[in-house]
Amino acid sequence: MGSAVLTPPKAKPPEDSTPPPGKGNDGPGGSGGSGGPGGSGRGGRRHPPNWSLPPGAYRIAIWMGIVSISMLFAALTSAMLVRAEIATDWVHGAIPSILYFNTLVLILSSLTLEFSRRSLRKEAEKGFTGWLYATTALGIIFIAGQLLAWRQLAAHGIYVTTNPSSSFFYVLTAAHGVHLLGGVLALFYLVFRSRKIFGTPQKRIAVDVTAIYWHFMDVLWIYILILLKVKL
Amino acid sequence: MGEVQRGPEQRKRFVGKYIFSVDHKVIGRQFYFLALFAALVAMLLSWVMRLHLGWPNVQLPLLSTLSPAGAPGGVLTPEYYLSLLTIHGTLMIFFVLTVAPQAGFGNFLLPLQLGAREMALPRLNMLSFWTTFAALGVLLSTFFISDGPPITGWTAYAPLSAAGSITGPGEGMGQSLWILAIALFCLGAVLGSVNFIATTLGSRARGMTLHCLPLTCWAWFLTAVMILLSFAVLLAACLLLMMDRVGGTSFFLPAGMVISGDLIHRGGGAPLLWQHLFWFFGHPEVYITILPAMGIISHILSCFSRKPAFGYQSMIYSMMAIGFLSFMVWGHHMFVSGMNPYTGFAFAVLTMAIAVPSAVTIFDWLGTMWGGKLRFTTSMLFAIGFVSVFVTGGLSGLFLAQPPLDVYLHDTYFVIAHLHMIMGLAGTFAIFAGTYFWFPKMFGRMMSELLGKMHFWLTFIGAYAIFMPMHFLGFEGNPRRYAALTDNFLKPLIPMHRFITIAALITGAAQLLFVSNFFWSMFRGEKAPDNPWEGTSLEWTVSSPPPPENFSGGTPVIYHGPYEYGVPGSEKDYVMQNSPEKIAGG
Repeated sequence: MGSAVLTPPKAKPPEDSTPPPGKGNDGPGGSGGSGGPGGSGRGGRRHPPNWSLPPGAYRIAIWMGIVSISMLFAALTSAMLVRAEIATDWVHGAIPSILYFNTLVLILSSLTLEFSRRSLRKEAEKGFTGWLYATTALGIIFIAGQLLAWRQLAAHGIYVTTNPSSSFFYVLTAAHGVHLLGGVLALFYLVFRSRKIFGTPQKRIAVDVTAIYWHFMDVLWIYILILLKVKL
Repeated sequence: MGEVQRGPEQRKRFVGKYIFSVDHKVIGRQFYFLALFAALVAMLLSWVMRLHLGWPNVQLPLLSTLSPAGAPGGVLTPEYYLSLLTIHGTLMIFFVLTVAPQAGFGNFLLPLQLGAREMALPRLNMLSFWTTFAALGVLLSTFFISDGPPITGWTAYAPLSAAGSITGPGEGMGQSLWILAIALFCLGAVLGSVNFIATTLGSRARGMTLHCLPLTCWAWFLTAVMILLSFAVLLAACLLLMMDRVGGTSFFLPAGMVISGDLIHRGGGAPLLWQHLFWFFGHPEVYITILPAMGIISHILSCFSRKPAFGYQSMIYSMMAIGFLSFMVWGHHMFVSGMNPYTGFAFAVLTMAIAVPSAVTIFDWLGTMWGGKLRFTTSMLFAIGFVSVFVTGGLSGLFLAQPPLDVYLHDTYFVIAHLHMIMGLAGTFAIFAGTYFWFPKMFGRMMSELLGKMHFWLTFIGAYAIFMPMHFLGFEGNPRRYAALTDNFLKPLIPMHRFITIAALITGAAQLLFVSNFFWSMFRGEKAPDNPWEGTSLEWTVSSPPPPENFSGGTPVIYHGPYEYGVPGSEKDYVMQNSPEKIAGG
């Protein structure tokens, strides 16, 4: 048997074989897991002491979803840059001005969602539901505005197939719109379950997760807007 | 789910328990069976292709029933040969090698090995399975449309895949369905990985630090991260390709393209763009299939060598390095695409750099076995077989990594040999090893060791008999994807093709041994004890099969690393992870 066998480091047994409850059960502090996802302990417990679903799971899941969606748009971006670079048929176009209005609406919706969360923290139910309604309404207005932008382009005779630049315009806005629609559905869920969510602290994670996603949609849209402004 | 709501009580319970279940153990088995089914279909397709390569005029009457146009009189047309190889590749790479080691074993075992009651997001898990199931249904439906399956292979290179039905049979509806199937698969895979990551980070039992995780869990976790990053890119590529086909855009369609004498009025697109997007997904995909396999093999080798996994940490860091590098080498699939030689050089260097962490993993496996008290169970045999085919396939990779050699070997049988060795065989050997190892836990009964060993030797020898000669076919310049060998320089190769075909038929038949062993043991096998292999990880602390709540005695607490085998001074030669026993010198 080789003498230099690298064995996995032993877990430091919890003191006295009766593990202390609550904190301090993160195992050896020295091992740290710094190379990997050891930093996962953000905010939440790393080792839930009981069987209930870990509240951190939804938060991790939504961030992972965001990573994946970012990769999707990174791929579309690189496709656009490459396609524009090699193209001899690329016609630069202006973006419909209604998009700026839509952007404003979306930023506003992020603000109202934050107001809603603040009301929730202050245990003010009226404010919570009121701002939630406002956010949902703004989300719907944004989608309507995007559709209007498409109609405006179509009215000028610019369709998906007109030019590679318009193709990318439609594909990027549609891909963002579909993801945002998912956010609107989540908002609908919050609106319809607002009573229950307000009454049960454990359910409030749904608001946090929706907010993370919604703000990401906001940031993603601003990124797309800049990309379109620069490259289209 | 619509069907759950109504119907008699019993049916409702059956549906809830076995069909639309949120239990990770049921979902894991569902994924496993999906992969098993896909593997059998894909193997049948490979038989048909092999028969055609050996004896081009052979008549297979059943085939003309399936597709009168694709196999008139039972003889394959060259186009239908391409259709079959497309579905063979797609099934094997996506629905077998991606599904079984990760979603199949991973779903079943990850919560058990972490000491968790469930996956972090059980309903998302169910959604992941049914999305994958729908993807398989859509893919196989291409056999039953008049057009037939697409002819572009699993890589679906544009512009062939983008220009529509004028480019050949299967390029109408068939190709569109293929893209839809892959898009659905991407979705299911991403949903599943989100769950894997959330579970690994958030649902571990007390004391289960990241350095106490079994290597299987590490592999599943890292693979989930890779799936998250790469499948989204494939989804974007599929979206653009679909737009080219049905939306009339020209992302991938070049200007001035003439197909069958007709000028296609689209233009300016970049066919190479598809290759970049596809291989940015496609190369990590290779490691997505092999990392879980590496985790499984490390786990099994350690158990049956009765020694701690050699180089536990180096294994983890190697897997990380492999995963990281895999995102930077996609260009080595495109050396002959007219790439700038300097770019090719960079891709070649990075590709060969992967050999370093790969070699570390091989040394770790050999180090684990060295001086151990080896127990040659079927599972162990397959694990050793994995190391063998992994080395063989890895070595031919070093040839292909070099642009000057690749220019010659590209798109020849050498590539087929390489990818089947490193991806297909290594992947399936790990699936087999895992099946023989965890079958008792999954189904509560033991598999027959005698049949298992017969299965191993036939498969091991057969696999080399099939794929070793293909290297030589590649040296001779035999191109891949040719339905028949009619050129003068290829005719002398026909006897070797016949040899391969016979080997493939025998090896394929040996798999029926596995299938019958599997299903016979499922119902008639000897009842399995809790810990038949004397393993140390947490899944062996519960009954076989595990109770619905996994750990009925309450939360396990972890005191030991995952591979405490051959412990001096211990009563048994191993210490379970949740055993409070103190180890001398530990």
